[in-house]
Amino acid sequence: MTLWLTLLGMALVTFALRAAFLVLPPGTELPAFFKRALRYVPAAVLTAIWAPEVLVQNEQLPAGVVAIAVAWRWRMTFATIIAGLLALHLFAWLI
Amino acid sequence: MWFRDPAFAAGVRATLPVLLGIIPFGVITGVAMVASGIPPLVAMLMSVLVFAGASMVASAQLLASNAPALLVVLTTLIINLRFMMYSASLRLHFADAPLGRRLAVAYLTADNVYGLMLGRFAEHPGDPGKYPYFLGAGLVVWAAWQAAVLGGILIGAGVPAQWRLEFAAPLAFIAISIPFLRDRASVAAAVAAGVAIVLCQDVPLKLNILIAAAAGIAAGLVVEKRK
Repeated sequence: MTLWLTLLGMALVTFALRAAFLVLPPGTELPAFFKRALRYVPAAVLTAIWAPEVLVQNEQLPAGVVAIAVAWRWRMTFATIIAGLLALHLFAWLI
Repeated sequence: MWFRDPAFAAGVRATLPVLLGIIPFGVITGVAMVASGIPPLVAMLMSVLVFAGASMVASAQLLASNAPALLVVLTTLIINLRFMMYSASLRLHFADAPLGRRLAVAYLTADNVYGLMLGRFAEHPGDPGKYPYFLGAGLVVWAAWQAAVLGGILIGAGVPAQWRLEFAAPLAFIAISIPFLRDRASVAAAVAAGVAIVLCQDVPLKLNILIAAAAGIAAGLVVEKRK
């Protein structure tokens, strides 16, 4: 039951965010401060999701650094995942 | 009809390089949801109804640690706030479209579809091919994503643990987050959020993602003001 409520809540919240300005009457604007703050949400939140996995677990740190370098240079999800997983196994084998 | 428009085919073609990132992330999301104890059918339903990978992986982790429903929904809200930014920007292109089309655009909005759309039409806001192009890109990304999640759900716990595939989820997030680091302020936001979440590891109820978001936003605003 709780799982269904959670699912419903997630679906409603996500669709409301996606539809917000596409259905609100034209001319509706966010407060200027909120708009400025919103710009930093993706960088902050997406980093917060992976940071503990890479920074807290020491054995995963080197592989995380490799993945960050690959992501920074090539901007490709697929290459980042492959490089990070290979690095994880390589460093585990070396140590 | 929109699917006969050459812009629809152009949208479909534009997604092909992007699929290389979407498919592995979808598979990982499917595996993560099943691994956290969500029943396969509910996981697939979630993928169709929510259709936002980052929030689904994060929610799966929260659900696995028995976090309360309200916190899972709140975390989803924070992670998906960026879609509100996209909707504000897409309104400039679709304000005059009928409501049905605007709702279709809303549902299909994803990071990379939005990116493709902006890349092609930022300079040509009057182009009549915008809607078919968006649908072409959006529908292919949607279908590829759902197929990938289904694949992940079916693989489920079948992946040998020594492959360490669970590490692919943070790796995918690294790849997704890096392109958002466009200037010093956004780098400051990312660093502050990363430091905050590590320092707040032991905050109860995994509220640490909210603290990290607040720290990151504050750091971004401070650095932006300094300039």
